[in-house]
Amino acid sequence: MLDSIKRMFSSEKSGKVAKKRLQMVLIQDRASVSPEVMEKLRDDIIQVISKYMVIDKADMEISLENVDDSVALVANIPVQNMRHHR
Amino acid sequence: MSEVIVVTSGKGGVGKSTTTANLGVGLAMRGKKVVLIDTDTGLRNLDLLLGLENRIMYDLVDVIDGRVEIKKALVRHKKYENLQLLPTSQVKDKSAVNPADLMALCDELRKEYDYVIIDCPAGIEQGFQTAIAGADTAIVVTMPEVSAVRDADKIIGELGRSEKDNIKLIINRIRPAMVDSGEMMDMDDINDILAIKCIGQVPDDIKVVTSANRGEPVVGDSDSQAGKAYENIVGRLLGEDIPFMEFEKEGFFKRLKKAFKF
Ligand SMILES: Nc1ncnc2c1ncn2[C@@H]1O[C@H](COP(=O)(O)OP(=O)(O)OP(=O)(O)O)[C@@H](O)[C@H]1O
Ligand SMILES: [Mg+2]
Repeated sequence: MLDSIKRMFSSEKSGKVAKKRLQMVLIQDRASVSPEVMEKLRDDIIQVISKYMVIDKADMEISLENVDDSVALVANIPVQNMRHHR
Repeated sequence: MSEVIVVTSGKGGVGKSTTTANLGVGLAMRGKKVVLIDTDTGLRNLDLLLGLENRIMYDLVDVIDGRVEIKKALVRHKKYENLQLLPTSQVKDKSAVNPADLMALCDELRKEYDYVIIDCPAGIEQGFQTAIAGADTAIVVTMPEVSAVRDADKIIGELGRSEKDNIKLIINRIRPAMVDSGEMMDMDDINDILAIKCIGQVPDDIKVVTSANRGEPVVGDSDSQAGKAYENIVGRLLGEDIPFMEFEKEGFFKRLKKAFKF
């Protein structure tokens, strides 16, 4: 009885759980099946950041990672120098 | 204008062949000239669903290999004269038909038929690539379950890579009572996840099984919720604006009763 009440009022329904889990896993699936997209993203990021800083393109790393129950775009971009701005 | 439609899913057993049979009969009932092609080579099934298993003389591989003309291999439906089936081979290995072959065949059939509907094998291997090659439109069939939806997403990605951008979704085997109690994803949930235009939601219905037993697709049966759902999908394929039907829903008290199990 108590379990039933708990299920009714507190815990999340499995339909919603399924939706959340799918939305998470599909971000990874979609990213993992398209290295071309990651490559494009990398190029775009280089372009933008290079306006402000000199970066080490060879050593930079970009990846999608799981952080708790969300997905994060993690970038490690060594900065070699700052550009001067007028 | 004729249309070549491939019915695909990624995950096996979600209802591709059932969908193909029902859309074929449904479109034929609406007076369209339809040919159905079974491309699940080695696992011939569409003939059984249509009640045509005893009429097969030749198959897809015979046509591709040039042993017989298309016309001779097509099996005419008993009741709907403008519906034809091109059965697949029950023996040949899966590489017997390649994408270029099927594309050429579809282009040939386009000249005579309003709709060419291709029943695709499960998976994303060669058989899938072959099945989608000649298609203008892809119908992705899925079920409101995590693995089926994930595989549908994978298939949608593959279709995109093959530049098949006209993709429609059918959600099959919905259990309204479970949706109602929040224990199954509904059409909106799946729309949010896959972002593909949904053209049908088909409930889980024992009539699908009993009609398969008899080799008579359920689409004409107005007593059946699934039959009605397929009829609606046919209408939408024909460009009609048909609202999604409401499934029978359980009332609040019934749900309360269930939750407390009295
Ligand atoms: N809406 C439904 N309600 C009840 N049963 C269904 C429904 N749709 C399909 N089925 C049943 O599910 C089973 C699988 O269906 P079907 O053969 O059409 O799937 P498939 O995707 O073609 O499978 P495969 O991947 O093996 O080719 C069959 O037994 C069929 O009767
Ligand atoms: Mg099948």
